[in-house]
Amino acid sequence: MSVIPLFPRVPHLGTLPGFRRTLGFTVAYVSLLVLLPLAALVLRASGIGWAGLAHVVADHRVLAAFRVSFGIAAAAAVFDAALGLLVAWVLVRYRFPGRRLFDALVDLPIALPTAVAGITLTELYAPNGWLGGPLAALGIKVAFGPLGIFVALAFIGLPFVVRSVEPVLADLPKDIEEAAETLGASPWQIFRRVILPPLAPALMTGLTLAFGRGIGEYGSVIFIAGNMPGLSEIVPLLIVIKLEQYDYMGAAVLGTLMLAASFLIMLAINAIQNWSHARLGH
Amino acid sequence: MATRSTLSPARIALIIAATAVLAVFLVLPLALIFVRALGGGIGVALAALGEPDALAAIRLTLTVAAIAVPLNLAFGLAAAWALAKFDFRGKSLIITFVDLPFAVSPVVSGLIYVLVFGLQGLLGPWLQAHGVRIVFAVPGIVLATIFVTLPFVARELIPLMQAQGKREEEAAFVLGASGWQIFWHVTLPNIRWGLLYGVLLCNARAMGEFGAVSVVSGHIRGLTDTLPLHIEVLYNEYNLPAAFSVAGLLALLALVTLVAKSLLEWRLRGEYQAAGG
Repeated sequence: MSVIPLFPRVPHLGTLPGFRRTLGFTVAYVSLLVLLPLAALVLRASGIGWAGLAHVVADHRVLAAFRVSFGIAAAAAVFDAALGLLVAWVLVRYRFPGRRLFDALVDLPIALPTAVAGITLTELYAPNGWLGGPLAALGIKVAFGPLGIFVALAFIGLPFVVRSVEPVLADLPKDIEEAAETLGASPWQIFRRVILPPLAPALMTGLTLAFGRGIGEYGSVIFIAGNMPGLSEIVPLLIVIKLEQYDYMGAAVLGTLMLAASFLIMLAINAIQNWSHARLGH
Repeated sequence: MATRSTLSPARIALIIAATAVLAVFLVLPLALIFVRALGGGIGVALAALGEPDALAAIRLTLTVAAIAVPLNLAFGLAAAWALAKFDFRGKSLIITFVDLPFAVSPVVSGLIYVLVFGLQGLLGPWLQAHGVRIVFAVPGIVLATIFVTLPFVARELIPLMQAQGKREEEAAFVLGASGWQIFWHVTLPNIRWGLLYGVLLCNARAMGEFGAVSVVSGHIRGLTDTLPLHIEVLYNEYNLPAAFSVAGLLALLALVTLVAKSLLEWRLRGEYQAAGG
């Protein structure tokens, strides 16, 4: 115990310097750049009142845009969950030539600017495009319609599922699968009963992230969507249109609704993670 | 019994399915960009990038990134220091707010600044009276870019610095080092790869952002068009070779980012392992 007097300033919590300055800067920065502008949005929207809100939301074009945005984002997220699970499985479990290249490429939709993705997917799936041509011959019209929005959102959302599932899959012990196999379980049974349950929270997180990204996505969608009011017009585009028509109130109302949706999605992801911690410990 | 390392038909089928998905979904679009960009020869592509409007867009994109990235770097370091090295009430709330820009639609990210600084906005009349233009001008583009890239560095550093704990910093402090000395000589060397990783992603998004910037830009050609906005202009003019030349430039940036990201992830794992996490 003679060591202690040599260190009269044994550090406790918070003894490191710089706490007040860095916290002050952090709070000021977030408040000025994020919280106050978001508050201005909600404040502006709240000026419309309940009757006004009902009037904006009951508009056919607005209702249709919400249906398009949320419906197609949900469909694309489910599609990404299936595809992303397959991709994550193969990238984590198997070794094959080009694996690292494919793994790095998974993040392309996040790294590629959305406007670039937008015009590229449009060219690819247009009736005379590399993929759009053969699909058009089959009678499937992708670009300039709702299916185009689906393709763009599926493209944008895929990395979220793969990157959510990969680490959990890598930590999954293989011996339970092997035991199930030895005991005579079919591959489908192993997948349903052994592999899927521990992956479910990560899969749900990825799906929710893809959905959240999908409802707000703008750049990759507007080129390929065709933007027909009521059919393939997304909510973010409607906000831009309202702004261009100087309908700031209408834009603020739609923006606030989208902000509320983002909040709910953040809460949902938190809930999934808490549930996962409680149930699976990861 | 088959061992785990053998390639069963089912396994080969899964590998083929997954790589086919990635090829159609990711490789094909990437290939299309460069085929379209270089379809008329590299001279045509370079000429499109040498147009005055394209050069102005390149300059603006570099300027905006040169302002937004350092600011968010400074913010990320301060936020990570305060949030990872200290315990206090309301911490998780601040982390939620830091995360918010990732959750919000890019269009909403631009809209909020129009509602504050636009003519009909909160500060609009005052700004107009004083002859200051923020929205539909470069400052608005910078603000929107800062907003959408705000979380990148902080989100990378907070978990890393939490995993590393504060024993080394406290040891330096006990030995008489000042705050800055601790930061430069103890913390920074430990987090450099994580820091670089955050800056890399922050920069890629800053140079590529479209939606938020589109709302606040006002689309004044040669003045407030960034590279992604310039692509939209060219595309809507049916000038596809030029649009894809500019798109090819941004796709190259994305590819460089992906390669650097893969290399940094390997270094970053080392930093986490050194932290024992």
